[in-house]
Amino acid sequence: MTGTASIGRRLTLLLAGVAALLSVLSWWMVTGLARQAAERTQDNVLAASVTTIAETLRSEQGEVRLELPYSAFSMLGAISEDRVFYRVATGDTFLTGYDDLPVPTEQISSGGRVIFDTGVYSGEEVRMATVSRLVLAGTQPVSVKVTVAQTRGGVASISAELSQLAAFLSVAFFLVAVSLSAFAARTSLKPLNEIAAAVSRRGPSDLRPLRRAAPTELAPLMTSLNRLMDRLGQSIRSAEDFIAEAAHRIRTPLATVRAQAEIALRSAKDEDQKQRLRQMIRAVDESSRSAGQLLDHATVVYRSDDLVRTPITLSDLVRQTVAGLEPTAAMKDIRLQVEMMEGKVQVDPVLMDNALRNVLDNAIKYSPPETDVTIAVSAGDSEIRIAVSDQGAGLGDGPVDMLTQRFQRGTNTQGVVGSGLGLTIAKDVLVAHGGRLELETLEGNKGTCATLVLPSS
Amino acid sequence: MRYLLVEDNQELAEAVVNRLALDGHAVDHAASLAEAEDCLAVAQYDLILLDVMLPDGDGRDFLARSRAHLETPVIVLTARSQVSDRVGALDQGADDYITKPFDFSELEARCRAVLRRRGGEARNEIHLGDAVFDPLAGNLRFGAETIDLRNREIRLLEVFARHKGQILSKSQLMDRLFSYDAEVTENAIEVYVGRLRRRIDGMGVRIETVRGLGYRMETTEA
Repeated sequence: MTGTASIGRRLTLLLAGVAALLSVLSWWMVTGLARQAAERTQDNVLAASVTTIAETLRSEQGEVRLELPYSAFSMLGAISEDRVFYRVATGDTFLTGYDDLPVPTEQISSGGRVIFDTGVYSGEEVRMATVSRLVLAGTQPVSVKVTVAQTRGGVASISAELSQLAAFLSVAFFLVAVSLSAFAARTSLKPLNEIAAAVSRRGPSDLRPLRRAAPTELAPLMTSLNRLMDRLGQSIRSAEDFIAEAAHRIRTPLATVRAQAEIALRSAKDEDQKQRLRQMIRAVDESSRSAGQLLDHATVVYRSDDLVRTPITLSDLVRQTVAGLEPTAAMKDIRLQVEMMEGKVQVDPVLMDNALRNVLDNAIKYSPPETDVTIAVSAGDSEIRIAVSDQGAGLGDGPVDMLTQRFQRGTNTQGVVGSGLGLTIAKDVLVAHGGRLELETLEGNKGTCATLVLPSS
Repeated sequence: MRYLLVEDNQELAEAVVNRLALDGHAVDHAASLAEAEDCLAVAQYDLILLDVMLPDGDGRDFLARSRAHLETPVIVLTARSQVSDRVGALDQGADDYITKPFDFSELEARCRAVLRRRGGEARNEIHLGDAVFDPLAGNLRFGAETIDLRNREIRLLEVFARHKGQILSKSQLMDRLFSYDAEVTENAIEVYVGRLRRRIDGMGVRIETVRGLGYRMETTEA
């Protein structure tokens, strides 16, 4: 097991292991006890039987006599169907029973104490009880040894039965224990999972502290999580503030330079001077545009990782973006014609607006004045297409794929301010949504068509 | 039109005020939110141009605060160009935004678009001979007839209308009409003037060519 395996699984396995150990132990103990009990029972009965036989010993005309009482054997039959053997002998003289039944060789005192032994007879394990008794044969006291033996099939079968039952119970106990431990693991990990779910449900910019009841053990985790979020939020805020402040510090003087240059351009008489002022304004525009698009691109990259998809009406989005660019288009007397289709899409509205704006901005930029730019929204079987066509000069003769690469610009863009990031941003946004950007020169070089393709949700 | 410009950068503010004044707009300049409040308390404005970062606060907060009782359309001037900032500005009640540094033609175009969208309240129609020119709506009314003009025609006519009787050079007109980066020659001005002449033909107003100097608008009665 690795150090990073699931806590739930680890906990379950650990508890199951303990349960298995306990189950085996209890089975073993139960089996042992059952066997002991069965053996003790057999011993007791054998003792009673052998004692009963020994008590019938008497001497008659100097000879040892005995009557085998029926009860001595019937009590043995009561506990099992096992075979019973007996042997009565005085010293070395065999009196009755099975002569070859092995008897304890040790000296047995005649005090009536029963000696037990285990041996093998006629190929079976037997339990034997032996008692010794003094009988007066004539004047001579003779020690008579009585042995009763019984095979152990009954004991074995009883203890096997009990052991099977114990095994069955152990398995049941194990299964219950495993499911209980799985349940326990899940229950005790539930607050942790809930916290994880609550964190993962959040959008990329939601850094509010977690406010939910947590068990005491998780309180330190919650506290450090919240502290981390707080620090993250602070550093993001300070980075944002810094960027905003930097942009403000740079762009405001740039705006002044541009405004003054434009005013100077207006009053300049010399064509050469005018040309220089135009170049100056162009440089200002170039730098501010690049800065803006770099920031946009960073935003796109950041947000693409975790899209904030919102259901929005496509026509609202397109209309809003088009309205934002209307004044820019109007400056060149370019008409923006929208062919709309109603429908909802699940997209990140900020990113989609950005993508569409970049594509539209391109179309306007590269269109000659007094032409039309058409924005056509249509829905296919599996995709939604927003086609932006212009009546400009087309894409030039470079490879089309190159145009969506960072800082790459077409071969016929001379004289137009651009950063080479607009189409990259659009492409990245679409790819993040599972779509693509298609670029083509319209037939007969009559313009360009850029299509934003989104999978229909 | 009366504009209120809220911008703390003195040079930029001056440039914007001068430029808007050229188009015949009266512009009051406030260098802080406090000054802007004072101006709003005593005067009625047609449009507010609002910077985002001001010495005494964030322009967007001011916007959110005053939107409830402020009817005047607002264009936010922002140096922050991030996508989320744009959306934020519009959400807080701005009518439009423009990113610094901006093109005067674009600023003007956006002002015009916002005023047209808000529409109606403040018309500044200009009488040209027998016709009435509405630069905001972008049309010429002549008797029962309403002629819609293209954007550049509107702007050209507006320059002439505001400088009636003055000689305007081709390069002056070019600066007014085209964004600096449009590669245009002075011939383009001739094309537009020619087109505009046909539009206003017979309306009691004409554009004369002043040889070697430029053009001048004259009303026929004068």
